Amino acid sequence: MAPRVWSRRGGLTAIIFALPALIVFGYFSWGPIVRGLIMSWQRINFAAEPSWVGWSNFAYVLSDPLLPQAVGNTLLFVALGLVIGFPVPLFLAVFMAELRKSKRLFNLLAYLPVVIPPVVAILLWKTFYDPGATGLFNQILGFFGIAPLGWLNSPALALPSMVIEATWAGAGATVIIYIAALTGVRSELYEAADLDGAGIWSKIWNVTLPQIRGVIIIMVLLQLIGTMQVFAEPFLFTGGGPSNSTMTVLLMIYNYAFVSQDFGAASALSTLLALALGVLSLAYFAATKKWSTE
Amino acid sequence: MTVAAWLRAGIQNRRDREIEADERSIISPADRKQWSVRIVLFLVQALILVGLLIVGLGPLLWLAKSAISTTQDIITDPLGIFPSGVLQWQNLVTAWEQSAIGKYMLNTAVIAAGQAVVTLFVCTTCAYCLSVLKPRWAPILSAGILATLFVPSIIALVPLYLTILDLPIVGGSLIDNYFALWLPGAANAFMILVTKRFFDSLPRDLFEAARIDGAGAWRIFLVIVLPLSRPILGVVGLITIMASWKDFLWPLLVITNRELQPISVALFLNLKNTELSVQMAALFIALIVPVALFVVFQKQFLRGVSASAGVKG
Repeated sequence: MAPRVWSRRGGLTAIIFALPALIVFGYFSWGPIVRGLIMSWQRINFAAEPSWVGWSNFAYVLSDPLLPQAVGNTLLFVALGLVIGFPVPLFLAVFMAELRKSKRLFNLLAYLPVVIPPVVAILLWKTFYDPGATGLFNQILGFFGIAPLGWLNSPALALPSMVIEATWAGAGATVIIYIAALTGVRSELYEAADLDGAGIWSKIWNVTLPQIRGVIIIMVLLQLIGTMQVFAEPFLFTGGGPSNSTMTVLLMIYNYAFVSQDFGAASALSTLLALALGVLSLAYFAATKKWSTE
Repeated sequence: MTVAAWLRAGIQNRRDREIEADERSIISPADRKQWSVRIVLFLVQALILVGLLIVGLGPLLWLAKSAISTTQDIITDPLGIFPSGVLQWQNLVTAWEQSAIGKYMLNTAVIAAGQAVVTLFVCTTCAYCLSVLKPRWAPILSAGILATLFVPSIIALVPLYLTILDLPIVGGSLIDNYFALWLPGAANAFMILVTKRFFDSLPRDLFEAARIDGAGAWRIFLVIVLPLSRPILGVVGLITIMASWKDFLWPLLVITNRELQPISVALFLNLKNTELSVQMAALFIALIVPVALFVVFQKQFLRGVSASAGVKG
């Protein structure tokens, strides 16, 4: 095609419209992604040009005695996040979708914690978790005759405490998404179930949950991807302590890069984490594709 | 039928369907008439309401109370309501002046507003190109953008920081420049996807008619597409502002000048050695804007949340 015809057909205009996205995604998204992969095999310091070091960054990261603990903690965070964070929003949504009145109030209350900036939420919860006998949560436990707990100061409880806060901060968004999915369940199905004389529990089990299973799988995968990259909670609550009981993989990456300035090691660990997340992302992609065509 | 009437009919239609869908759900209309079901339903709902009030609103009310309590009261009797009888309004003034909360809130507002402008600019131009202009290479661009959804963002964190520190090709540094937040923040595939879907739903006849009237691509974009897309632009803008307001790690890394930092970063860096009551007052002030924004634009928010998860409806 002659250039003039091409330009008259709007070829140039299309490029101009695409330009902002091309620049932003090319320079600030794809560029760094590729650079991150390359940096995993390099030694970076500000004085000299980066040099190739083969697999030594990976070897260094994988032999770091802290890594098994960080991986274990991250997996524990993911698992606890799922145990606490999966059923709560689902139950809430199923009940809230049955509301005929004051739906807006319920939605508002459920979503409120989500709009609180994480720094504010975490500093607030840090006060709640005061380990003294007069700490807020310890006082509530006291009503039930339970002795005060150490919460964030206790190596065994620090991580679960963070999961509780994280669930509180995130569950609202999941509730709203489940409710949106529930209103999409076809009413004929309920009508048919009613004609068959199905009870309420049987309808939830046999109609509601199977109908929204696509959304449920997507939300679970998104949660897994999110919690595997947990950072703000351990960073702000404890900085990884006590005795590394809340050290996570992302916190290690942060420390490599921004505390010890070892960008190569940080990139290598990022690549490894990204590889694990990539598998989940692929599952997410398959799930969205399958259920958006259904 | 005029365009406005056509759109209105479409919206009305959707509303009708929503109402209809509402009529029948897990609990059948016949069940709803039974007293036993009604009582159980009422009790369950009351229980959930109380639970949501405690969990959703409780912490905020507690923070509001603590913001005007004495440190002594907060520490010794956190569940009491002003046990010593002292309301320390001074906390709010101290927090505002000593921690310069006002300055940091202004920084945050500038960052969030700028982020919304930059994101909307990138989203609308790109979505227009993909949805309306549809050049032959559109699928490649589209794939390149969507693929970023499946590449974990963590892998780009460190190299993106190095990119901001020392810009490749063009040179210079964006440290302490808000564009270091805005430009990477605008590379948001979700927002482009949502915008493109909305553009896809606009009636093609309109563009055809405008083209026959001699309007070019720019005119159609500015005069037809953008005004018709106000609802989705509002949703994208709101979600962007909220996300920017909540952001912490990235601004901590790239905005190192204390004078320019947003409130999240400032609270983290400055509050450690502050008295507890003043800390609570500062947290409370920091909370007002996002909560007020949410309460006012509740509907748009919740619609946006549902849309961004790719749920239909």
